Amino acid sequence: MITFSGVSKHFAGKAVVQDIDLHIARGEFTVLIGTSGSGKSTTLKMINRLIEHDRGQITFADEPIEKFRAQDLRRRMGYAIQSIGLFPHWTVEENIATVPQLLKWPKARIRDRVTELMTLLHLDPQQFRQRYPHQLSGGQQQRVGVARALASDPEVLLMDEPFGALDPVTRATLQHEIARIHQMSGRTIVLVTHDIDEALALADRIVLLGEGKIVQQGTPLDMLTRPATPFVRDFFGRSDMGIKLLSLAQVGDRTRRGEEAAGEPIAASMTLREALSVFVARHTERLPVIDESGQSLGVLHFSDLIAEQEGE
Amino acid sequence: MNIGVKNRVLLTLLLLLMAAGTGLAFVTHAPNRLMSGQGIPLPGLLSGINALLLLPVILLLVLVFITPSKGSYLASLMLAEVLFTALVALAGHQAEVLTGGDEDSLARISFGGGFWATTALCLLIASDAISRFTANHSWRVVLNVQLALPVIFLLASGALSQLSLLKEYDNRADVFDAALWQHLGILVGTLVPSLAIGLPLGIFCSRSPRWRPPILSVLNIIQTLPSIALFGLLLAPLAGLARAIPWLGAHGISGIGAAPAIIALVLYSLLPLVRSVIAGMHSVAPAVIESATGMGLNRAQVFLKVQFPIALPVILSGVRIVAVQTVGMAMVAALIGAGGLGAIMFQGLLSSALDLVLLGVIPVVLMAAIVDGIFKFLVSMLETARR
Repeated sequence: MITFSGVSKHFAGKAVVQDIDLHIARGEFTVLIGTSGSGKSTTLKMINRLIEHDRGQITFADEPIEKFRAQDLRRRMGYAIQSIGLFPHWTVEENIATVPQLLKWPKARIRDRVTELMTLLHLDPQQFRQRYPHQLSGGQQQRVGVARALASDPEVLLMDEPFGALDPVTRATLQHEIARIHQMSGRTIVLVTHDIDEALALADRIVLLGEGKIVQQGTPLDMLTRPATPFVRDFFGRSDMGIKLLSLAQVGDRTRRGEEAAGEPIAASMTLREALSVFVARHTERLPVIDESGQSLGVLHFSDLIAEQEGE
Repeated sequence: MNIGVKNRVLLTLLLLLMAAGTGLAFVTHAPNRLMSGQGIPLPGLLSGINALLLLPVILLLVLVFITPSKGSYLASLMLAEVLFTALVALAGHQAEVLTGGDEDSLARISFGGGFWATTALCLLIASDAISRFTANHSWRVVLNVQLALPVIFLLASGALSQLSLLKEYDNRADVFDAALWQHLGILVGTLVPSLAIGLPLGIFCSRSPRWRPPILSVLNIIQTLPSIALFGLLLAPLAGLARAIPWLGAHGISGIGAAPAIIALVLYSLLPLVRSVIAGMHSVAPAVIESATGMGLNRAQVFLKVQFPIALPVILSGVRIVAVQTVGMAMVAALIGAGGLGAIMFQGLLSSALDLVLLGVIPVVLMAAIVDGIFKFLVSMLETARR
């Protein structure tokens, strides 16, 4: 879908991005992560040409991005940023409809699309359609920002630290939602963050950048279990690496089917990391598990948290 | 319920009003234009039906001791407006009594200090009540504007026509009307070119940090020149220009008249205008522009759909300042032959005819207030639309 070959970008003679090779497959959730100044945001903005690269080649849908008119390219890619950038003089509806308006969709279609997106992002259309951005909470604003980025059903969704300014609870909810949207739509998503837990929770593939270069890229599990350099190991955390590994798998993966246990059941979609917390809080070694429909699925044993780790 | 002063502002204004009403001459009576007038105080006029004038004052005094609420503010507004109307009507009525209703009477009845003070205090009470009655800016503007309705009604009904101010107007209706239109012409003639220059210049300054300081310092220097000096400075080059290019001279460009006046007023208006455009453009968050660009709006669309509408309230506030400033400064332009209401004022000053001065000044004050109100209303409409 998107490839970088030998891409560099200099600002005032200094390389911010150096010789990057990257292949983002269709439908993949790629997370660009790194410390500040690592070039992750620059890399993202080169995709929709908000920043023009000065060496190498970037292609989108097998065409070099210079072949597209910048506006056309951007309209095929949703874009959401940390400070959201909602238009303060437009209502929620007008904000979400920005790109469809530019693409001159018929009015009725825009209306339906806005309703659909607001429902998707759990914003009551009746209540919020005519509101102005400053009348919404930070979390609601970011939901509108994501809805706006998704409005024209773009092939790619680019997100630059979209949840950075939110409180932890709202951030977690929106992370869940973006994961759900990715699963439902199979859309290609590129997200920039400096939050390791966010990267591990969302990414199909993590690209770790440092000083403008790619240090390592791979699945979250690769990054944790096979760090290429001491920097990678330090970055993903030496001491709580085990805990982070647990966050990659779900309760459902380790549940012993058909068994029964007492106590409040936990959801199969919960991560093992959250399950660990429940084990410790309840002083127990067995937890009943239910699936999404509330049916009993089996039991998660405390010992299984570590048992299968080796095999993966 | 304990009795105490609940509205100190109202009490202060009322005490001042009563002091002004009793201590100062309400109208002055002169046998003719040239003699100085004799003051007639208000208390002497309050006999018979005129004594009813005290009723709103007493009711307002009662309101001072009532815990303020929306209702009490509305009541003070209405009482102040009734009192205001009554005072104006009384002055008109008194003029009619003193002149005996004779159109050709030489007697001059002018407003005295007591009239100006009491009516101004009535308007202050009304304005204060309005701003406490509602926080909505559009409503405040509308309520303030309606205060003018009773006066307009009295003027139209002829109840004030025996007052010397109105007599001066009658004598010079043609000159006055022409001056009023000239004044408005100078206002529009200044606003159009200053917008045409100031908007692009402001936008350019907001985008170019390199050029902003030199441009602003030039405009600053212009702003510090006294207006008379600037007219003088323009006199020689414009006269020379008109002589060099006769076509310009034939189209009204010369060292004196409207051309130098408008050029000077445009120059004065540029600094506030350019400043407000820069402030407006900078009030747009960079993230908003980035996301607009990132979603595929081109430069023109980013400007027209996002930057400019967001900056518009701030820019309009700048235009408001410029318009009010121009209305006032156009008075001075009369000195170089630009005409306008300033001409009437200077004529009055030179012939020591106070009523003539007022005939020039009052419309300018009203015009400034109206222009101010119109722009405030526009800005508040824009802002409430986004709330």
